[in-house]
Amino acid sequence: MSEITPDLVRHLAGLSRILVTDEEVERFTEQLSLIVDSVAKVNEALAGVDVPATSHPIPMANVFREDIVEPSLTQAEALSGAPDSGEGRFRVAAILDEE
Amino acid sequence: MAKDELMNYEKALEMFEVVIGLEVHVELNTKTKMFCGCRNEFGDEPNTNVCPICIALPGALPAVNRTAVESSISIGLALGCEIAPNGRFARKNYFYPDLAKNFQTSQYDEPIAFEGELTVELPSGSVHTVQIERAHMEEDAGKLTHIGGSTGRIQGAEYSLVDYNRAGVPLVEIVTKPVYGAGTEAPELAAAYVRSIREIVKGLGVSDAKMERGNVRCDANVSLRPHGQEKLGTRTETKNVNSLRSIERAVRYEIQRQAALLAKGTAIVQETRHWHEDKGATSAGRPKSDADDYRYFPEPDLVPVQPSKELIESLRAKLPEKPGDRRKRVQAEWGFADLEFRDVVNADLLDQIEETVNAGAKPQAARKWWTGELARIANSENKDVTELEISGAHVAELAQLVDAGKLNDRLAREVLTYVLAGEGSPAEIVAARGLEVVSDDGALIAAIDAALAKQPDVLDAIREGRMQAAGAVIGAVMQAMKGSADAGRVRELLIQKANA
Repeated sequence: MSEITPDLVRHLAGLSRILVTDEEVERFTEQLSLIVDSVAKVNEALAGVDVPATSHPIPMANVFREDIVEPSLTQAEALSGAPDSGEGRFRVAAILDEE
Repeated sequence: MAKDELMNYEKALEMFEVVIGLEVHVELNTKTKMFCGCRNEFGDEPNTNVCPICIALPGALPAVNRTAVESSISIGLALGCEIAPNGRFARKNYFYPDLAKNFQTSQYDEPIAFEGELTVELPSGSVHTVQIERAHMEEDAGKLTHIGGSTGRIQGAEYSLVDYNRAGVPLVEIVTKPVYGAGTEAPELAAAYVRSIREIVKGLGVSDAKMERGNVRCDANVSLRPHGQEKLGTRTETKNVNSLRSIERAVRYEIQRQAALLAKGTAIVQETRHWHEDKGATSAGRPKSDADDYRYFPEPDLVPVQPSKELIESLRAKLPEKPGDRRKRVQAEWGFADLEFRDVVNADLLDQIEETVNAGAKPQAARKWWTGELARIANSENKDVTELEISGAHVAELAQLVDAGKLNDRLAREVLTYVLAGEGSPAEIVAARGLEVVSDDGALIAAIDAALAKQPDVLDAIREGRMQAAGAVIGAVMQAMKGSADAGRVRELLIQKANA
């Protein structure tokens, strides 16, 4: 069985900045447990088999871009989707924890 | 800010062993950002060097900057690191508006370079080898400006403004292993290490390496443990200390602060601290907490970086001379005594003096200006001498004007203040302000005669070989001519008069 607990779900919700109700915590605990357990089956199937971990489904490497300037957005374009802006910058809620 | 209790530094070092760890961020000077083709430029209008990739619009796909990878490999090689045959990027997840993506693209378990070392020389002449754990590639974050609030501190801010021009600028983060054994010199070692990193990246040409612009930034970890104890003490991490002098001061402060707490039996809180240059103190930032659960995972939008042996060797072949070798070479070229040279290195003035010498100044004159008058001015303005707005070419021009007899020391110092005030080159200022020394014999003789009228015995004294008597007349002439007299010429004229 997986180690997904209601507290862990609350922790994940906090990290993700998602507000969850107690009812949702219960539901997500069940669902996440199911997902983690299902994925764990892959490990069981591979037990004793030497398969290197992979982070990318396609075996390719070294895809680079040359260091050449390409056009950027204008300031107005950049800010056009912002809920709020000022002085040419994105305006966000006050940050409370740093410095 | 509550005032911390500090233990006397020597006593702290008697009671505890200091262990430091340094994280240095180097901003690369590529033309474009790490993952997109936006300009990598300091000081542009906000949000003009941004695109769907670096402001994280949906569907945007990053692509790795080849030059940034090569620069990172060069830094790794210069630090004696192994270069990973297979490196990959990872997402470091956190919510903070300095990056629009809600994660920073960084490297985690497969950094591009690892296991290196850097040998640094301290002001005292002692030499330490700092072990490098890793150097990895990542991207810089945007710049936040906090608006509102009565104190101007963030706690009172009403909102924040974000400029993403810097978001996505390539960074290399260089992390040391714990550094032991520097004893009382731990603060100096921290500063000397960062100085060496700066010299290396500048020498490589991969970064502008200006600390005042944040091209090189240092986070300093400090912990104390009783002598003989194996287990490391709890550390604090002082963030973004942005000058060599501040690094030294911040480490020293943390040593004294932690020692006072430990001596009282109070545990050190593992936390981020902030250095306040004006107060000369650190203050508590946020404690390490759940929020630091970064949930790193491999970046699915980028494929691994697998530098070939050929690439690595071609970059290795292009490495410039090592800082230690360069120092030996320039010291020999300039003919500086060991002590003179050490002062230059400790003041971080190698580049400035090299530039000044290359612009035509004699090495000793270059040294004298930078470690003398300019250092004094910087000190009085509470700055690093390297932050002064003056070029080596200007200093060289000033030295040449002195050599040519057009300026005496006092006038040269005056001209210097105008150069620093942005009035132009020394020659332009001399012309514009009419500051040349008076070596016109007619004017000097008139002033000498006036001075001799008040001190008639001086000529006799000179005739009797008591040259020190001339000083009073030279001083009087100087005063009468408001410092612009050519003292050497006054002296010659006096001797001529005495022997006439």
